[in-house]
Amino acid sequence: MFWQKLIARIGTTAVTLIGVAVIVFVVIRVVPGNPVAMMLPPGATEADVARLTALYGLDKSIPAQFLIWVQGVLHGDFGTSITTRQPVLDLVLGRLPATLELSIMALVMAVAIGGTAALTGTRLRGTRAEGAIDVANGMALSVPDFLWGLALILLFGVLMPVFHISGRVTPSLELPFTTGFYLFESLFRLRFDLWADIVSHMLMPALALAIPLAAIIGQLLKQSLKETMHLDYVTLSRTKGYGENHVITREALPNAILPTLTLVGVQFTFLIGGTVIVERLFSYEGLGNMAIDAVINRDLPLIQGIVILFAVIFTAVNLVVDLLYTVLNPRLRHG
Amino acid sequence: MADLTDGRGAVKRRIGTRLWLAGGWLTLLLLAAVFAPLVAPQDPLAQDLFLTRLPPFWEKGAEAGYWLGTDSLGRDVLSRIIYGARLALVVALVAGSITCIIGSALGLMAGFLRGWVDLVISRLIDIWMAFPPVLFSILLIAVIGPGLHSIILAIVIIDWTRFARVIRAEAMAQGAMDYVASAQVAGRGRIGTMLREILPNVLPTIVVLLTLEMGIAVIVEAILSFVNLSISTDDPTWGGMIAEGRASVYQAWWVLVFPLITLFLTVLAFSQLGEGLKDRFDPVLR
Repeated sequence: MFWQKLIARIGTTAVTLIGVAVIVFVVIRVVPGNPVAMMLPPGATEADVARLTALYGLDKSIPAQFLIWVQGVLHGDFGTSITTRQPVLDLVLGRLPATLELSIMALVMAVAIGGTAALTGTRLRGTRAEGAIDVANGMALSVPDFLWGLALILLFGVLMPVFHISGRVTPSLELPFTTGFYLFESLFRLRFDLWADIVSHMLMPALALAIPLAAIIGQLLKQSLKETMHLDYVTLSRTKGYGENHVITREALPNAILPTLTLVGVQFTFLIGGTVIVERLFSYEGLGNMAIDAVINRDLPLIQGIVILFAVIFTAVNLVVDLLYTVLNPRLRHG
Repeated sequence: MADLTDGRGAVKRRIGTRLWLAGGWLTLLLLAAVFAPLVAPQDPLAQDLFLTRLPPFWEKGAEAGYWLGTDSLGRDVLSRIIYGARLALVVALVAGSITCIIGSALGLMAGFLRGWVDLVISRLIDIWMAFPPVLFSILLIAVIGPGLHSIILAIVIIDWTRFARVIRAEAMAQGAMDYVASAQVAGRGRIGTMLREILPNVLPTIVVLLTLEMGIAVIVEAILSFVNLSISTDDPTWGGMIAEGRASVYQAWWVLVFPLITLFLTVLAFSQLGEGLKDRFDPVLR
């Protein structure tokens, strides 16, 4: 049963990815203006343009170009960036760690903030504090990451300049890193000075991404905690003499957490999608920032590679969450 | 029992205030947008190099008539916010409505007719969900070129799934209910049942989603003008002002703060309107 489900899920994931590839491919080939002409110096001849167009395969029909591209992808070749003339795969993989670190940090912050809000709200139910938490939740929920980012720039970049609001690391610092995962590698190398600098750069963009998700987690977890708290077994544990804190965190929480988990999966993909504009806002050197530059420069192969990579990440997250849900929920496992 | 009714009364009052505040702000904005030439104290496009980066009225060095200060080209911030409301509201209303109609229609068909219609629409939704929406919209604008029509088109193309997903699920749940079966027994056709029986029952959800979508449309427009891809760069847009304010935030914070507050309030108002309507439609609270 589990394996059947897994295979079916991988099948639909493949269909989705092919669909994304086809749409991106068609859309970006309708772009007006010849990207090749923009690469050449002003004195270039028609023959130069034609030669370079042929080099990038842009003189063939769209289906033919697609087939060539798919063939390349299957061999790990995503084409060459028009602006930097480096392989797309290298460029994209070079930026991926920055975006992954930012997204994961934001996810951790969202779970911490949202979880705390839900548990505190449940502990203090019926009081004014619960009302205040609900109102804050509602506000955080309806304002998107873009606006939170701007608000944070004003608050902690200008009004009280305590955090960095631009870039990923202070440019003058010497970086001993061999991987792109600065945050993890600096910890691994015990370079806490670098680690602090990197965290200080990441905190604001990560918080901007985390706030809306934290609100969703807070709201949903609190709702399911509320329902669980009325169940008989919770009352039983209370009559056994356990304190309220124990009842909430040890008895109610494990059962209330499952619906939140599925939701966090989908919402995490929205969060990753949000990195595009938030990275732009904070001049953070990740995939999203590179994507916007690629669109502005009409760098077709690069745009294609980035969008496909995002789609792969999104579908992978959804797949993992689905499987995790099946594994964690005993009712589905044997269903 | 007195306890319960009191609680309910409080909830109702809270919803009431929320709806009034949200509705009030949006009405104010709409009036300002419609009568912009009458209310705006200055020409929003007029540059004056002798009046650059004037602070708002309560700060030292402010000039009369430039209530919220001026930007680096000496253009009046308040007037630009007022004129920017025009674009924001047009995008919210037009893009929101078209997205709503297309998305709801597809969701209704997928959820009620099922079969291959559902299969195709669901697959499309899956594919759409695998795109990062902001990147997708920036890409679309780059392809179809900037301008009001392009923004609206981009929002419709990207956001129809928001309606389709929810309405599909709702229509599916409604379709399983007894009243639908009895309508069919009474001789209504499939399409007739869908439009006469299912649609009225999912309409409250559609209205709530529509108000939320309007808020989202305002944000998308701001993001696009922030990346400088919205309409021609001369016309005042909130996103354009924010982009400029972000660049000069250390020299003139007010160029960023005031459009940002306006955007905050507008997005909050749309979502509170949606939330308020949702509770209003909830028969338990009524």
